[in-house]
Formats: sequence, C-alpha cells, structure tokens
Amino acid sequence: MYEMDWSSIPGAIPLLLKGLLITFEVTFTAIVVGIVWGTLLAIARIGPNKILAKLAAGYVNLFRSVPLVMVILWFYLIVPQGLKAIFGDDIGDIRLTSALVAFALFEAAYYSEIIRAGIQSVPRGQVSAGLALGMTQGQTMRLILLPQAFRNMTPLLLTQAIILFQDTSLVYVIGLSDFFGTAYKVGDRDGRLVELLLFAGAIYFVISFSASLLVKRLQARFVK
Amino acid sequence: MSYNWNWGVFLQPSASGDDTYLGWLFTGLKWTVSLSLSAWVIALIVGSIIGVLRTVPNRWLSGFATAYVELFRNVPLLVQLFIWYFVLPELLPPDLGSAIKQSNPLWQQFFAAMLCLGLFTSARVAEQVRSGIESLPKGQKNAGLAMGFTLPQVYQHVLMPMAYRIIMPPLTSEFLNIFKNSAVATTIGLIELSRQAQQLVDYTAQPYEAFIAVTVMYLLINVTVMYLMRRLEEKVRVPGFVGGK
Repeated sequence: MYEMDWSSIPGAIPLLLKGLLITFEVTFTAIVVGIVWGTLLAIARIGPNKILAKLAAGYVNLFRSVPLVMVILWFYLIVPQGLKAIFGDDIGDIRLTSALVAFALFEAAYYSEIIRAGIQSVPRGQVSAGLALGMTQGQTMRLILLPQAFRNMTPLLLTQAIILFQDTSLVYVIGLSDFFGTAYKVGDRDGRLVELLLFAGAIYFVISFSASLLVKRLQARFVK
Repeated sequence: MSYNWNWGVFLQPSASGDDTYLGWLFTGLKWTVSLSLSAWVIALIVGSIIGVLRTVPNRWLSGFATAYVELFRNVPLLVQLFIWYFVLPELLPPDLGSAIKQSNPLWQQFFAAMLCLGLFTSARVAEQVRSGIESLPKGQKNAGLAMGFTLPQVYQHVLMPMAYRIIMPPLTSEFLNIFKNSAVATTIGLIELSRQAQQLVDYTAQPYEAFIAVTVMYLLINVTVMYLMRRLEEKVRVPGFVGGK
C-alpha cells in the first residue's frame, strides 16, 4: 500500500501562498475586466446598431466555441508579439500578462451572456418609462436598466466567478506558477505528487464550496 | 510583423515520416471526438443515476448524491484529471497499480481522461436531471403511485421520459462543453486536437497556421453538434413546457 507522507507541505507553504496569490490575481482581473467588457458587449448586442450587434455576437460565439486551453495558448502566442511591437524585445516574463489578457477576454464572452439575459429580464415598460420621463437612451440604460439587471443577476455572476476561479488552474498549459502549478512543481520536486495533488484538490474544494454556500445564502436574501 | 505564412505546411510529410501534418490534425480530431463521446456515455449514465438519487425520499441516498455533485463541481477539472492519472494508480493495490503503469501510455491517458471527463460532466448532468424531475408537477408522481406503480416504476415510466425531454436544451450545452473540456487532456499528453496544435508549433514553427486550423476544427465540431442536437430537440420537445434554464 502507498505510504502517505505529508511532510513536504509545511515547508512549501510560502511558495503555495505565492501561487495562490497569482490564482487570485488572475481571477479578480478576469472578473473585473470581464464584467466591464462583458457589459459593453451585451449592450452592443441588444443595441440598435446592427453592425455592432453582429460584431459583439461574433465575438461572444467565437470565444464560447473554443476550449479555454486553446484560448490561453492563443494569447500566449499573440500577446508577446504585441508587446514586442510596442516595447521592443526586452519584455521579460510574459506568462502572467498573457494569462491575464486571455482570461479577461474569454470571461467577458461568458459574462456578456449572463448580463444580456439580465438586461432582457427587466420589463420593457421600464425602458419606455425612462424615455417618457425625458431620459436619453444612455441614461435609461445606466440609471434604470443596469442597476435592476445587476441586482437580478448577482448570484449568476458570482457562480460564474467560482467556475472562473477553478478554471484559472489551466494556466498550467503555459507553465505559469499559480496555486496548482506550484503544488505540482513542489510535488514533482519532492517525489510527493500524490500528496500535493490531493492537497491542492482539497484547498480548491474548500474555497469553491464555501464560496458557493455564500452565494446560496445571498440568493435566498435576494429572492425575499 | 514579418510572419511567413505557409499553408502548404499541412501537406508536408510529418516528422514521424509516415504521415502529413494534416494527418496529425485528423489523428487529433479522432481522439478528441472519441474521448468526448465515450466520456459523454459515462456522464449520461452516472449523471442520470445521481440525478434521480437526489430526488428520492431516502435521506441517505439523496445525501450521498448531493455530496457527489458538490465534490465534482468544486474541484477544478485539471486537478481531477491529475488525480485520476497520477494519484489513482498509486493508491490502488500494488499489483493493479503497476499493471496500469505498464500498459500502453496512450490507453492510460485515454482512460484516465475518459473517466475524469465523464464523472466531472456527470455531476453537471445530474443537476439537470434533478431540475428536470423537480420541474414536473407533483401530481405526476402521485398519480403514478395512485395507479399502483412502485416508486421505481413511477421514475421509469412517468417521470424520466418527461424529464429527459424537458432538459434537452441544457443537455445540449453540456454535450458541447464536454468537447471543449476534452482539451484539458492535453496536459497529460493525450494526442487530441490541442496537443496536436502544440506539436505542430514545435515541429513546423508555423504557429498561426496550426492554431487557426485547430480552432476551425473546434468550431466545426461545435456547429455540427449544435445542428444535430437542434434537430433532436425539435423532435422530442414537449408542447407547453419550456426547457430548464
């Protein structure tokens, strides 16, 4: 039988925390940029301009049809070229930058679908009421539709954030040392891959599960 | 930017000699499709069982099913894959473990990925099955019981046939997801599409052609699956019911 030996974990805590920090950095950047960019995409998609609507739909459908692994690899190919064109050849380690860009743009496609559904769930009369009061289209969107839409879809946005948090482990494919990448490297180095992988799984579970319990409580409050 | 486009690269004989690079892509496509389809079979069977268990009156059974779903939903797919691939053979009895480790690496990768992807997706399918069953009016179950059906019979003849038809649209999107998620198998070295994209970059130094070709293949899979599922959905749609969310 396999003998478990957890002794390599305590010494690796500082490294693992550093990795966890990168995981959170990618997660939060993708949430913030994803929601902002996703909102713009959603507005473009349901807006009056046909060309913008088509472009936004194309963007969303493209990103939603391609595996996240491919998207991360794509940006690891494109981002360095772009940075070189701007800053010259001396650009250092671009793995984190590529990952941040990839996740932000990828998540925007998923967020925009949630936000679009949220905006469309607000009754049409609200728009008419806003316009009747003399507000412009933009004011109606900003002051009437979006606040209600965001209130309705907060639980969904948070659930998506938990999925995103788990998906960030895929930066493994470009060798970025996030929490999972660090755990793998430590396990590989010490010949304790079994323990480190189980440990990483347990940590992800604890964080995601507690977050999903919080979302459930929040949802219960919202429904009331 | 001075990038030399060379689409002819796909027709060149590959590094392994007996194939072209286009052939590599099709090998990748073959593995992606067979991995996804076989994992989907596991996901449907296990997902249906777990989904049903979540709705049964027995507390132990529904508690077990809930724990199953939460476990598989809250650990990242990549971590699950590594646990199946690297951890499981170590924890099995030594004879079995070493038998696995000595088998053909390609099959080791394939089975680990299939099991992982299948069970990962089964937790999602289970949630859809549960919501399908719960969306049915309570009267359906009671009517079945009043007719003298046993509870398993009620599930088999009354609830499940309706539930499956109602949850077709969300099942379609899970089916699409399984093809996308299969790309994760690249991390353990299975030569599916994403792996072949990276291999092509290494061997041909034409990254854009390789990535574009693979991306197009994923898009084609997506379009094909969507088309087939839409036709199936139209066939089995229950009039008057809106599919789950």
